[in-house]
Amino acid sequence: MEGEATYVSDLDNLKATELRLGLPGTDAPEKPTPASPRGSKRALLAADEECQSKSKSLGADSSGQEAAPVAKAQVVGWPPIRSYRKNSFQARKAEEEAAGLFVKVSMDGAPYLRKIDLKVYEGYKELRKALENLFKCFSLGELSGMEGCNGSEYAITYEDKDGDWMLVGDVPWEMFISSCKRLRIMSGSEARGMRSSP
Amino acid sequence: MREGRSSEMSDEEPPGGGGPPPPFSDQVLENVLESVLQFLDCRRDRNAASLVCRSWCRAEGQTRRELFIGNCYAVSPARAVERFPRVRALVLKGKPRFADFELVPAGWGAGFSPWLAALATSNPWLERLCLKRMSVSDADLSRLARSFPSFRDLTLICCDGFGTVGLAAIAEHCRHLRVLDLIENDVEDQGLDWVSRFPESTTSLESLVFDCVGCEVNMDALEALVARSPSLRRLRVNQRVSVRQLRSLMVRAPQLSDLGTGSFGEGGEVGEGEGEVEVADLEAAFAASRSLVCLSGFRNHAPQFIPAIYPVCANLISLNLGYSVITAEELEPVIIHCHNLQTFWVLDTVHDEGLQAVAATCKDLRELRVFPLDGTEDSEGFVSDIGLIAISEGCPKLRSILYFCHGMTNAAVVSMSKNCPELVVFRLCIMGLRRPDRLTGEAMDEGFGAIVMNCKKLTRLAVSGLLTDKAFLYIGKYGKSVRTLSVAFAGNSDSGLRYVLEGCPKLQKLEIRDSPFGDAALLSGLHHYYSMRFLWMSSCKLSIRGCKEVAQRLPHLVVEVIRDRPEKDDDEAIDDGEAVETLYMYRSLAGPRDDAPRFVKIL
Repeated sequence: MEGEATYVSDLDNLKATELRLGLPGTDAPEKPTPASPRGSKRALLAADEECQSKSKSLGADSSGQEAAPVAKAQVVGWPPIRSYRKNSFQARKAEEEAAGLFVKVSMDGAPYLRKIDLKVYEGYKELRKALENLFKCFSLGELSGMEGCNGSEYAITYEDKDGDWMLVGDVPWEMFISSCKRLRIMSGSEARGMRSSP
Repeated sequence: MREGRSSEMSDEEPPGGGGPPPPFSDQVLENVLESVLQFLDCRRDRNAASLVCRSWCRAEGQTRRELFIGNCYAVSPARAVERFPRVRALVLKGKPRFADFELVPAGWGAGFSPWLAALATSNPWLERLCLKRMSVSDADLSRLARSFPSFRDLTLICCDGFGTVGLAAIAEHCRHLRVLDLIENDVEDQGLDWVSRFPESTTSLESLVFDCVGCEVNMDALEALVARSPSLRRLRVNQRVSVRQLRSLMVRAPQLSDLGTGSFGEGGEVGEGEGEVEVADLEAAFAASRSLVCLSGFRNHAPQFIPAIYPVCANLISLNLGYSVITAEELEPVIIHCHNLQTFWVLDTVHDEGLQAVAATCKDLRELRVFPLDGTEDSEGFVSDIGLIAISEGCPKLRSILYFCHGMTNAAVVSMSKNCPELVVFRLCIMGLRRPDRLTGEAMDEGFGAIVMNCKKLTRLAVSGLLTDKAFLYIGKYGKSVRTLSVAFAGNSDSGLRYVLEGCPKLQKLEIRDSPFGDAALLSGLHHYYSMRFLWMSSCKLSIRGCKEVAQRLPHLVVEVIRDRPEKDDDEAIDDGEAVETLYMYRSLAGPRDDAPRFVKIL
């Protein structure tokens, strides 16, 4: 144990005097270059050992382990998952990100539907603005649904994965776009009913 | 090949046809012997028989039909073919397993060409081939397809170097093809429509697995192929196949026993109103597949289609949701019908609750694999000791488990060791480096100790988490049947490795990474290395000096030192004190290989 500690701390000192960008403890980039893999692994060992002794002194507290090693650099080949598997999920993520999330938008009283890509909006504000623009040619008044606003006759609703019609704006944006299947701008009494419920 | 010791190797006769033919009476004896030996199937029995005497060795060599070569560099192709001239089936394994995790640089070796050349010239009767972690080129596949007129079965697992061009050659020229199984290979998309190349007449296809082929296939050609393959029992399509296309295939092959469902989601050319109609149609297709016992795929499933599989759940023996991002809520209504399930692969997105549901229903479960969705070290971690305990309590017949988790306790592992006495394979991967017991803060020594102590049939073990030398003491003391051991980021000193090398007589495959074992530990295993298939040690504390000594003392061992720095001049004298990044050593009758790349130094 002793010998290992000295070996590791020497390398540590060397790293400490190095000038580089990034958080202390961060090491090689994701794909280790030929010269550095050993170095990155050793430095990681150092950071991890510190963390382990810390978590032990804090007692058997699971939160102690959440004080994760500062080094965010991934160790090559760990956890031992085949690259085929890793790539499967990455590919799918990339596909989803590229594909866009098109949903139909209907408005009560409008003669035809529109389609929008939810991915291009950053939040509810942008979405409402976009919907207003889409349907303003029907001069059906201002869209609302924002807190504090009253008097508007419309409510923006969406159909979620379970097939239920929900009021837009209740859940975090990310959750919304992952469960929204189509949008409907409701008018009249139906709209009032939706907005008044708690 | 033989798993004998060095003394047997040096006594070995020239194989097969060396020397003058035996006298007449001996020839009769050999003929009788051959007739008898052909009933021996098990390769270990055959190995034993071949050691009796020269004539038995010769007779056995002439009658061996299935050849298993666990390390393609353990013997030269010429020698293997000469000793076993009438082999019908060959299994050949190449790269070490840690190559799957990017620990072996590209170009290391394990090319199939030399083997193909030897077989093609002297054994035209080859019918079945299974390659694992080998480099196979399109030219190889093309030559393979043309060289063996009775060729039937091709299985490629974790191979690379080929693409749709090679597949097209196989489809076109192997007229009696029964099995084409492509499992987790890296297949190059050259845009060739290989599915159209199968013969136009009725085929003898029994199994077609191509879920790892990334590019789209010609669906019309595939449907037609399925329609004219009455013997087809296994079909696993890739994720480019939508659920609508899957249904078309299923109705043409209601006799399937094994189905890989592709994406199980929407996609492809679909008309507007088609979506809803399909669930009922899809369910009908499943209901009609009365022989279906094995289901996989679900690569990008749409949740509304999952209920379509309910009709087959009760018959399922094997269910692979390992690529399916599925929650506990989605899993429960499916798993509740699967009382006959023996093999279950799943992602950790089902959480401990999902595993509890599995434990409640799948009383016959033999094999469980839980993979992480997010493979990074600092992922949230969706399954834990809770799931493991549930499984151990619900599934007493469990034989094999692979479990990726973030946190674990000794108590849970001990619980599994006591509840699952049938365990043969125990692979636990606590993803955080050197994580201790999440409740007690202790090392995971006691948990793994209990496994080797209580599971008497254990042959394969993978350890993780915070482990001291004590864990290895237990393994050495109790792990008498252990044949394969995987170690990562574990142990304190040389003693750890020594305990294992001295204590585990059946040890054949040992792979270690990032553990503080040095030359002294390495040298403590000299008595055993000829009985092993290989030893892998990377990022440990080895030096050239220690490895050189092993190489000198054990001449039939090939000792490879693999470096990080490929551009280093290999003529440069190596300093004995230089640290060894990766050691890969294996017994071999062939001596040092001649295809080693520059970054590999054979001592």
